[in-house]
This record gives sequence, structure tokens and C-alpha cells, in this order.
Amino acid sequence: MAIRERLSGNEAMAVAMRQINPDVVAAFPITPSTEIPQYFSQFVSNGEVDTEFVAVESEHSAMSACIGAAAAGARAMTATSANGLALMWEMLYIAASSRLPITMSCVNRALSGPINIHNDHSDSMGARDSGWIQLYSENNQEAYDNLLQALRIGEHEDVMLPVMVCQDGFITSHAVENIELLEDDKVKGFVGEYEPDHYMMNPKEPIGVGPLDLPAYYFEHKRQQAEAIKRSKKVIMDVAKEYEKLTGRSYGYFEEYKLNDAEIAIVIINSTAGTAKTVVDKLRDNGIKAGLLKIRVFRPFPAEEITAALKNVKAIAVMDKAESFSAVGGPLFTEIKAALYGVADGINIINYIYGLGGRDVRSDDIELVYNALLEIQKTGKTGETYRYVGVRE
Amino acid sequence: MANLVEIRWHGRGGQGTKTAALLLADAAFSTGKYIQGFPEYGPERMGAPITAYNRISDERIKIHSNIYEPDYVVVVDETLLATIDVTAGLKENGAIIVNTDKTPEQVTKYLKGYKGKVCTVDARKISEDTLGKYFPNTPMLGAVVKVSGVMDEKEFLEDAKGSFAHKFATKPEVIEGNIKAIERAMQEVHGI
Repeated sequence: MAIRERLSGNEAMAVAMRQINPDVVAAFPITPSTEIPQYFSQFVSNGEVDTEFVAVESEHSAMSACIGAAAAGARAMTATSANGLALMWEMLYIAASSRLPITMSCVNRALSGPINIHNDHSDSMGARDSGWIQLYSENNQEAYDNLLQALRIGEHEDVMLPVMVCQDGFITSHAVENIELLEDDKVKGFVGEYEPDHYMMNPKEPIGVGPLDLPAYYFEHKRQQAEAIKRSKKVIMDVAKEYEKLTGRSYGYFEEYKLNDAEIAIVIINSTAGTAKTVVDKLRDNGIKAGLLKIRVFRPFPAEEITAALKNVKAIAVMDKAESFSAVGGPLFTEIKAALYGVADGINIINYIYGLGGRDVRSDDIELVYNALLEIQKTGKTGETYRYVGVRE
Repeated sequence: MANLVEIRWHGRGGQGTKTAALLLADAAFSTGKYIQGFPEYGPERMGAPITAYNRISDERIKIHSNIYEPDYVVVVDETLLATIDVTAGLKENGAIIVNTDKTPEQVTKYLKGYKGKVCTVDARKISEDTLGKYFPNTPMLGAVVKVSGVMDEKEFLEDAKGSFAHKFATKPEVIEGNIKAIERAMQEVHGI
């Protein structure tokens, strides 16, 4: 029997970490993820976990401590947001290239500047090329479910990569909502023990981690890393199937909402997907064939599967809660467009930048996007592809 | 969405408005509902206007935005009436509940022509009588449960006792006062 609870997104992450009982947690507080290490440190001091909690002096050190711990053979976890993630930047790449399956809860917040504590996806989108697997979450439930699956994905012998689980700062991290938790013993059974094949503190097979890698080997090293993240695709689905058996909740690379026969659709990430679903319902009531595709796995990018899901849609709006200053659109837009190119040509596709710096995204904003798609469907003319919604011009 | 009730709270930092919204979410959760309770975060400081929200429904709530067309508005600090358009978007078949010693008729003139139900409760007096201090949030919680009918009053009181026992584990002396504050607010709210 699942446990019926009500928790904020941050509480859900801390509870998941308590149930996981990792060997090491190293973290530095930053809004809006602060509560995760805060609650977790209470579990540590109450003796509910036997984790070594390292209260570091910066996020750079938090990631460094996780790297050291993971290299030594420990299961290491952390949490951060925005500028904290940015300060980890150098170490993110080292964690991934050293093939250390660290698990991070990333509570999405706008990167400075100007200084802003609210939600957008500029932090994790910026880290998309660091070699981390990225899972995104619409609400507290998905954040919890993703975190439990993240360990199994990253630690799989075919993968051995770090994973970040993202959710929207404040919007879900600080909203108390209903959630179904697994019992502690079920979580322990699911995540198991972390037993790496090779690790530094193994006296029978001492190894070095993260050495110099000059032109003779660096390229092969990167190639192996690229192969590992490709292999993670199968592992992500296998872990999801096992998790579904345990919980009844089904996960894939993305969620399709009323997309089957949709003529217009939006592609979106995290909490606004929920708001958009209510708009889809309303449009469907009016006989409009609207649908939605919500990204769960952004790294690796499930290009083929997304293309298959979108190929019959007439007009698509890709929603980006981050700028990439490419002058042609946001990060998700360019990925989706590249995925469709040459495979599903002829679909009208536009991009909307929305909700930057915590600008609230209303149902009306989403309706406006679907109305634009209806207009494109009617006229066949895409018009400007790089658009904004909810901004004062 | 079936039976969705949306509530918007206006208060000032330090008055426990966010706590009241979370307590309401807690109580509704305990009666089997799906809930959301969330504050609108800004630069947190004592005395600054703050907004908090509740959604209560029989189904899982998908929407994740602030509330623009609430069924009920709770004003924890009446000085906000002068500066904030508290009835913005408020449904006319809903109600506004204001913490004030004035009557609903006296308050109506500050509400920009709002035609729905106007309720008032003197949370200051109730709080000072029952707690000896000014904590307007629990009386307002009682008033909103009474006016909105989102849950059974008796069930709510029972649950509030449990929540307070947990929340005030280190200062049990305030539990009884808070429960009394809720009960009195339920009896003394005007304009229903």
C-alpha cells in the first residue's frame, strides 16, 4: 500500500533521500533548493540515516566532495539551484567524464543576472552539455519518482553517469500537494546497494580517477562517454518498467497528453505542463484537437521517439523557459527542430520563450499559444518562429 | 475541474498568512481532498504584503499557476484594502473575508464595487482574547472554513487539534487558545 501524504517538492526530495540513505551527501544551501539539505540534515542528526553529511563552504566544494566520495566507491547525492549549479560547472564535467553516478536534485531557478530567485530553466539548460543525464518533473510526485529511478539509471554498469533530477523552483519545490510515497523497505529494495566494479578505495584493485588525458586518449575517453549516454536510453526504460511494477506509475522519455490524434501540440518541460493540460482539456471540450508532449528525459535526447510522437501533428509550439541567446530560439526548440529535420518535414513549428525569472504562466498564456497554432494550421503560414509569451514589449 | 475551490490570501509578512494557507491545505488533505498550498514568494520581510494560495479539489490538481479568479479571498490585514486590489478576479458567487472590527457594510465601500458576499471577523479581538497576543491567522482560518464550507466544521476542528499538537509540540500552552480562536471566529464572522 502506498503512503498517502502531502509534501512540498523539496520535502519529497528530502524524504526520498532519507529512504535511499546514501553514503555521502555534500551540499551548500541556495534558494529554492535549501530545504532539501536542511530537512536531510535533520534526518542525519536524528539518526534516521547513517549518511556522512558534508556541510561544505560552496557548491564547487559540494560537487568536489561528491566526486571524491563517488570515486572512493560511495553513493553520493547533492542538491542545488541556479548560481549554485553554475559554481559547480567545472566539477559537473569532471563528475561525468570520471563516470561517477552522483545524483543531484536540481531545483530550477533563473541564473543571475539580474539577481532573481524565481523559476526558469536557465540553470539546468546551461548544464545540458556537461554529460549529466537530465530528468525533469512536473510536480512533487514526479520529482520523487524520478529521484528514486535516477540512482538505478546512473549506477547501471552500462551507464555509470551522474543524473540530475529537475523540478521548478517555488512552483513545485515550495507548493504542498498530495503525493504517494513508497514504504521505506520498498525503496531500499528498489535502489539496492551501490557496488561499483571499480573504485579508488578497493585495496585489491587500486585505481586512479580523473588523471591527465592528453591527445593520445582524451578523444577515445569522450567517445566512451558518448556511448554510455546512448546506452542509458535502454536503461531508463528498463528502470521505468520495473518502477511501474512497484508503483503503478508509468514513465517514459516523455509523456504524451491527448497527442494521439492531435493536430496542434505544444512541447513543454516541468510544471507548466500541468497548466497546459488543463488548457488542452478545455480546447478538447470545444472540439479542438489539441495535444501536448512533456519532456521527461532531456539528456539523452530521445529524438527518434519524439519525432514518431509528433510526426502527424500539423503545427507545433515548442516552449522554452530559458533563453540560449542563439538569436534563433531556445534550447528545446533547436533540439526538436533538429530531431524533425529530414524525418518529419513540413510540420509548422514555432518557439515560445516563456516564464523567465518566475513570470507566472497563466492558462491564458497557454491558450494564446494554442490560438496561434490554430491560426497557423488554418493559414499554413508559420510567420515569426521565435516568439515570446507573457513579456511586456 | 469538478469541485475545485480556489482561495487567495492577502496578508503582511509575519502575520502567519502562509502558515494559515498550509494549515488549511493540511486540514482539507485530512478529509481526503486533493490540495495545493503555496505562497507567492517575494523579498520576505516583516510587514510587506504577501499572497498565498489554496486549491482544494476532489481530483488531482494539474494547474500550476497563481490564482487569478478565486472563489474566496481572505484579507488578514485590513490596511491592505487601501493599496491592493484584493477583489481582483474574485467570483461574484464567492466571498471576501476581511479581518476588521468594521461591519461588512462599512468594508464594502473599499472593495471597488465588488457585488459578492462580504464577510468580516474581528480577528484581532479574538486573538487577543484567546491567545493574549495578535496572531490573526488562526481566526481567519476558522472564518474561511465557515464561509466557504470547503469541509465539515467539526471534522476541521478535530484535524486542527491534531495539526496544532504537531506544530506547537514545544509550546502546548498555545494549542487550546488557537482552537478557541478558530471556534470563536466561526461563531463571530459576520455577513454570511
